[in-house]
Parts: sequence; structure tokens; C-alpha cells
Amino acid sequence: MNVTVTVNGVRYSRDVEPRTLLVYFLREHLGLTGTHVGCDTSTCGACTVLLNGKAVKSCTVLAVQAEGAQITTVEGLAQGDRLHPIQQAFWDEHGLQCGFCTPGMMLAAVDLLQRNPNPTEEQIRHALEGNLCRCTGYQHIVNAVQAAARAMSAAVGAPSGGE
Amino acid sequence: MAVTQVFGARVRRREDPRLIRGTATYTDDLTLHGLCHAVFVRSPHAHARIRRIDTSRAKSAPGVVAVLTGADLEGKVNSIPCGWQVPNCDLKTPPHPPLARDKVRYVGDAVAVVVAESRAQAHDAAAAVEVDYEVLPAVVDMEAALRSATLVHDDVPQNRVLLWSVKGGDFEAAAREPGVRVVRQRLVNQRLIPNAMEPRAAVAHYNPGSGELTLWVTSQNPHIARVILSGVLGLPEHKLRVIAPEVGGGFGSKIPVYPEEAVVSHLAVRLGRPVKWVESRRENYLGTIHGRDHVTDAEMAVRPDGTVTGLRVRTLANFGAYLSTAAPAIPTILYGLVLSGPYRIPNIDCEVTGVFTNTTPTDAYRGAGRPEATYVLERMMDLAARELGLDPAEIRRRNLIPKDQFPYTVATGITYDSGDYARALDRALELFDYRRARADQEAARRQGRYLGIGLSTYVEICGAGPSKVVGSTGFSGGLWESAVVRFSPTGKVTVFTGTSPHGQGEETTFAQIVAQELGVPLDDVEVLHGDTDSILMGWGTYGSRTTPVGGTAVYLAAQKVKEKAARIAAHQLEVSADDLVFENGRFHVRGAPDRGMTIQEVSLQAYLAWNLPEGMEPGLEGQANWDPSNFVFPFGTHVCLVEVDPETGQVRILRYVAVDDCGRVINPLIVDGQVHGGIVQGVAQALWEFAQYDQAGNLLTGTMSDYAVPKAAWFPKFECDRTETPTPVNPLGVKGVGETGTIAATPCVVNAVMDALSPFGVRHVDMPLLPERVWRAIRQSKGGSAA
Repeated sequence: MNVTVTVNGVRYSRDVEPRTLLVYFLREHLGLTGTHVGCDTSTCGACTVLLNGKAVKSCTVLAVQAEGAQITTVEGLAQGDRLHPIQQAFWDEHGLQCGFCTPGMMLAAVDLLQRNPNPTEEQIRHALEGNLCRCTGYQHIVNAVQAAARAMSAAVGAPSGGE
Repeated sequence: MAVTQVFGARVRRREDPRLIRGTATYTDDLTLHGLCHAVFVRSPHAHARIRRIDTSRAKSAPGVVAVLTGADLEGKVNSIPCGWQVPNCDLKTPPHPPLARDKVRYVGDAVAVVVAESRAQAHDAAAAVEVDYEVLPAVVDMEAALRSATLVHDDVPQNRVLLWSVKGGDFEAAAREPGVRVVRQRLVNQRLIPNAMEPRAAVAHYNPGSGELTLWVTSQNPHIARVILSGVLGLPEHKLRVIAPEVGGGFGSKIPVYPEEAVVSHLAVRLGRPVKWVESRRENYLGTIHGRDHVTDAEMAVRPDGTVTGLRVRTLANFGAYLSTAAPAIPTILYGLVLSGPYRIPNIDCEVTGVFTNTTPTDAYRGAGRPEATYVLERMMDLAARELGLDPAEIRRRNLIPKDQFPYTVATGITYDSGDYARALDRALELFDYRRARADQEAARRQGRYLGIGLSTYVEICGAGPSKVVGSTGFSGGLWESAVVRFSPTGKVTVFTGTSPHGQGEETTFAQIVAQELGVPLDDVEVLHGDTDSILMGWGTYGSRTTPVGGTAVYLAAQKVKEKAARIAAHQLEVSADDLVFENGRFHVRGAPDRGMTIQEVSLQAYLAWNLPEGMEPGLEGQANWDPSNFVFPFGTHVCLVEVDPETGQVRILRYVAVDDCGRVINPLIVDGQVHGGIVQGVAQALWEFAQYDQAGNLLTGTMSDYAVPKAAWFPKFECDRTETPTPVNPLGVKGVGETGTIAATPCVVNAVMDALSPFGVRHVDMPLLPERVWRAIRQSKGGSAA
């Protein structure tokens, strides 16, 4: 079956088996290997991408279901040399160790910050429930999301520090 | 000019840009021309005889390149050996065929491999392999296995892997001393699944022209993998290159050499095509090692004043169905020898019985033996305190090894390097505001709220190690480390290390060591690891050894570079090397700061070789191998506050304070990250994680949605602090920190929950402290009516 999607602003059209999962479409058909596969039960969230702006686990979406969609993967977060605030914050706050969960974790965080630009620590921890990290103990990830929220609020001139 | 202090600075990690941009290359990200995909067919039975395997349907499935069974590997892929043959314990080492031959011994044991053009085709064809099994009774429970007529390996009677003991002093005599009380408890340290976020994977490529095989593999120790696979495959070591590319966590589970890695390597040679295998998470749960799984009967002899005079433990350790690479060391030397913890305990008597069962093999999981020992010791300290009516902090303080007694040799024979245990305890209690917390706990109890405060004081043995010592314990290798520090003509630095970090951040910390020593900008230093072709030798990253052992090798290599550079500078500046001062990356003549050369200028001169001292070889690099004289012993105290809801049995962590001492700190940001991650894994064992088999040997917690990998919302922010007691064992003064959190956290949390339950008269509940278990313990206790 033919699938046409726009990934990180680039339009791709490929013939795939109907059973192809979006994550394998991204990794194997488009060569975008920043999106990872960490489980087979939609538990770990390493494969999280933005589908039409919303975080989804790309191991739970068929490629054909994404027909016509706009997809953002980790490769599409930075603009050239300029890191996305969430990437910058993960770097600054040591929000990653082995890095395997990081792409999905950052995209889940982007989804949260779109919905809630100034989340509390508790809201962040709950929002990341679908994304597992075995290395960091989550504390620096929480710090990173808080730092990204501050940076993004400052960038749009919105008042920060609200609950 | 300000001196930039890079060593000790909270600098951002140098490995992160590729990871946050999604451009890192993990094993599964590799693609090669002509790549085909392997999928393993695994046993659904824990114990069965293989009557027949019919691969004909699979072989004719679309896209299939090959289907092999154990018989096809006969004489081509040897048994997977065990790399740590602990002596004097009647160790049994039955063969571990790469694909099961006559019998399968656990659910997940691989019986066949299918190779196809695509991953999906390989999966389809694997489902078409027909295996006729004669199901045999399975042994799952250790005590039952020791008595059972069912043998996992026919030539291992009683399913007994080993019987190991260590004895120091005389426990019996200590227990007989008038007034001494002997506290007894059976403690279960449940089986855990490591759950590195990246499943295992391997890609093998064979070049028939050169006869070289390259294996990219999710390994914590590619050089060890090369040595072992060279033997398994019958391939000369210089024709085998093992690369650990980006590796997504390990926690011990990527130390062993596994059957799949050998089979995939063989397939690449046999088929003349590159082959990739990537483990599913389900396979990871079945086929990658598990950890812990001890049952221990412990007795602690304690005087009325709280002085602990003896500890006796009898431990059953579950090895699963085969001996994994390092498995025999985990419940023996890494467990029994550290049972004294941070305390003066003159009489220790430990006996460990290893047992084969029809379950997934066990091996090192974060901490590897030391969390099990610390759990026993710290639970027993609390039980002793409770029986004597002593405060848990007080009984610990009375038994800690005083700081003026280092080096200190414990009853099990090992010698601790340095420590100030009481200082870490004091600092933790101060941060926690312990006295006030006890008062708050009292007040809460009067309002019907059940708060609990738990402590653990620990010492970890890590940084292995003196090769002579580990060799005497049966390790089939050395545990030194190698490093090369190489300047390029333009003054940039490349560091090669035999360690193989996979998340721990040594590309940054090692660069900090070099930048500090050579006065070069941090960004001018690149740290390379994980490739047997570019690195002399190395024993890998585990056991919190990377920085104390590998980092020291890097430091020493940098010294050699500095010494040679000084000789070149002295020659060109026409002074003696003694008259040179090295500051901020520049040599200058003492008393004449204008007469000098930067180390980058020296590097260029070293490569031009136009004007070097007589007889000196061109180039500028230093190579060092470091074999430490002893292990290193980080320590600390963790304290936590929990609340138990007696109606539901739910435990909530309200506060967690950790004070750790890992010697000198190179990068506080990275140390904090290691501690946080360790705490979460330790807490998770206390409260949630467990691997459960049924009596037939089926893994009931066999998927990630059935096993409680902890989530962000389950934790408060941890409050971390440090004391800093340098080790004299290495010139950097550094100890390891990768496992301290896991070692300390588990007993800390269990002690806190038991403290919360003390009004109900609950003495002990085995982990994990799930709501149901806590609720039942409250209901069944004599104080159950208090709810």
C-alpha cells in the first residue's frame, strides 16, 4: 500500500506492507533511526513521535493510519544548529544517560508543554507516565522539562512561574 | 590568567548532542548492503526433550535465507563458556549449547534460528518451525530443586551449582557469649529483570577476502566478548573485531556473552551476508539474564549495648538454567565477602548454595551481590535494634568502623581503603532533620497516620580490581585497564579507553581528566571506546570500575604525554626540563614567563620531528595500563520517610535523603545522575519489581506491562549530598558511584516501611512491599486491630 506523509517538513511517499508499524516505517523506510523501539507492548514510550502535533507511540500506529499526516520525530526538533528548547534543557540539566528513551521522552515533554506551558512538578511526572527511563531516576528529566518550560515561556514573552 | 578547574566542574556531557538530536548509532540503527535478519525460535516449555524439529515449512516461506537448528551448529559453534570459575566450591559447569540440542531448560531457550530478507519475513517463517517437545517436569523453586529427582543438567546432582563459604572468626562462640542475643530472620531477595531500555542486538559482517568478522553488539565489554567469541567460533582473535556502538543501558545485563551473538556471528560467515538480530522486549525478559533471587536465613549476634559480634548467613542463590558469564562470582565473592558492610563484625560465617532451576539464567544486575549482602545486613541491623529497643541510627553508629582505623581488614579478609562512615551518617541525619522527623512521626501516629523512617548505612566494594586477586577468585581474565592519550599535529587530543561506557558519561569525565592534566580546552578532547580494533585492551564497564580503574589509566597516559612534551619543550627552549613550569597548557622557563611553548606547539614539533632531543621517537602520545592495588570502597547513608495507608497497604515515599561518598568527584552533575538512577532501581526492588514464575516455569511477569518498571510519578525529588574521602588506591582519589544508590536504597525503604508498620507488631515482610502484602501483614499481625 502507498503511504504519503510529511515527516519533519519533508514529504515522503513509500509502498509498504499493510502491517508496517509507523515506527518501522520511520526507521527502516525513511532511515530516521532516532525513534527507538524499546518494547512490544506500547509500554516504554521510546518510539514516541508527534502525529499532527500530538504525542503518539509510533509502535501502536500503522504506517497507513498516518496517511496524509504531519509527523515530527527527534530529528525534526532542532532547526539547523539551533536546538529546540527541550533538547537544550535535556543537555543542560543532564536529563539523559544512555539516551535510548530520550527522543521519545523529549517529544512527550513537547506535547505536555504545548498543552500546559507551565506545568508543576507533579504534572510533569504524570505527563511522562507513558515514557520509561531506566537510567536517570527521572529527577534530571523533570528538571529539564521545567527548564524548557521556563525557556519557552520566556521566548514567547509569556509570564512564567505560574502553577 | 585564571586557571580553569575542569576536574570537579559541573560540565554538560559531551556525548549528549548526538543523543538529543537522534543521530547516535545504536546497534539496531546499523544498516549494511545485503543485510538479512535473524529471528530465534524459542522454547515455550521450561523443561522438555526435543523429539524432532521440522524446518521444512519455514525453509520454503517467502524471503527465507536459512533455517538452522542446534544440529547444524555441531562442531562450528562451541558451547558458551562461563568466564568466572570460582574455585574451591565444587562448581559445576555443564555445557551451554548455542542452540538447545536434546533438551530445552527454560522458557525462551533458543532451539532454531531463521534468517530472511526482512525482519517480518523472518518472524513469519519462525512461526512455521515445528518443534515436537516431550514436556518434562520443571524445577522452579530452589529448595524443591535441591531435593528433586528432576535434574536441569543430568550430570549435576541435586541441581547444585556450587557450595561456597567464607568464615572469619567464630560465630558459634560469639553467639554463646553470655548476654548476647541472636536475632534471626529469613529474607527473600526476589528475582529482578534488568530492563535496559535498549534491548540486546547484534549485527555481524564477514569479509571473505580478509577473513575478518566484525560484530557490532550491545555489550558492556567488547574485548571480553572478542576473547570468548574467538573461542566459541574457532576464529583467531585478530580476525574478529567487536564493536559496542552506542549502547542503551546495561545494568549488568550486557556483560555476558550470549548464544545469539555467537550464532549471528556464525551466520554471517556461513551465509556470506551480513546478519542482524534485534531482541524483542518479550525475548529480553526470557533470554537476557535476570538478577538477585536469593533466599537467606540470617542470624545476627548482638550484645545488649547494640554491639554486633557476629553474622551467620545461609543463602540459596538461583542460577537459572545455565551458568552465565560472570554468574558464579555474584552470590559468592561479590556477596559473602562484603557482608561486614561498614561495621566491625569480628565473626562472620557465610555459606552459599547455588541452584540450577528451569528459569532464565541469572548474572550481574546493578550492584551484583552487594545489594543482596547489604539488604541482609541492613535488615538485620534494624531487627536487632528493634529487639534491643535501640534507635536504628544509634545501633549503626555504635558499630561503624571509626575513621582512624583505615585501612581496615574485615572478618571476611578484604581490606577497606578509606572512609569516614560516621560523618556520612551524621550529615544524612542532619539533612533529614532526624530528631524532628521522629517527633513528627510520633505526632502523626497519634492522628492515625503511619509514617516510617528507614536508614541504611552501606559500603560498596567496587573498582575491580587487582588482577592477581580477581584471578585467584576464578575470573578468566585481568581487571586492569588501558588508555592511550594521543595528540594530533594540530594539538587536538584523542583518548582511547578500554572501558565501554553506555550512559555513565565517561566521554565527559575522562575528557575532564585530560583537559585538567594537559591544560587543553575540554572541547579539544575526544574520548573513544568500544572498538577492539582501535583499543589495545580493556575489560569493560561494570562494577563501578570505569572511573577508578579506566580513569586512572587515562590520567597516567596523560602524565606520560606531559613528560615527553616537557622534554621536547626543554630541548627547544634550551633549558633543562627541571627549569620548566607547566601552567594552563603552556611550558615556560621558570622566572621567564615569556619564554615558552604551548602544548599544542610542542605537539606540532613532535610530529614535524625537525628538532627533537637526540634519540627521541617522533609523535606525541602516551599509553598506560593500570592495575590497581586494591578495590575501592564508596560508602554512605540513605534515609527515607514513607507513609503507609493501613486501609490499602499503599506505600508512598515522602522524602529521600542520600549522602554518598565516592571519593573525589570529577563531575557532580554526572554523579548526581548516577545516584538518582541507582536509588530508583533500589526503591523499585523494595516496593514494586519482581519476576514471578509459575510452577511450570512460565514467566508470569513476562512483558513490560506485567513487570513494574518504575515511572516518574512514583517518586519525590531526592535530596542528595556528599562527603568526600579520597581513596589512596589511585592517584585521582576517585571511587565508583554507579551502584551505590541501588545498594543503599532497597533496605532503606524496606526498613522505613517496617518502621511504619511497627505499631501493628509487623516484624518483616518480604519484598516487593506491594499493597496487598502490606495490607495482609497488617491484618495478620497481632496488632491488626490498631487499624
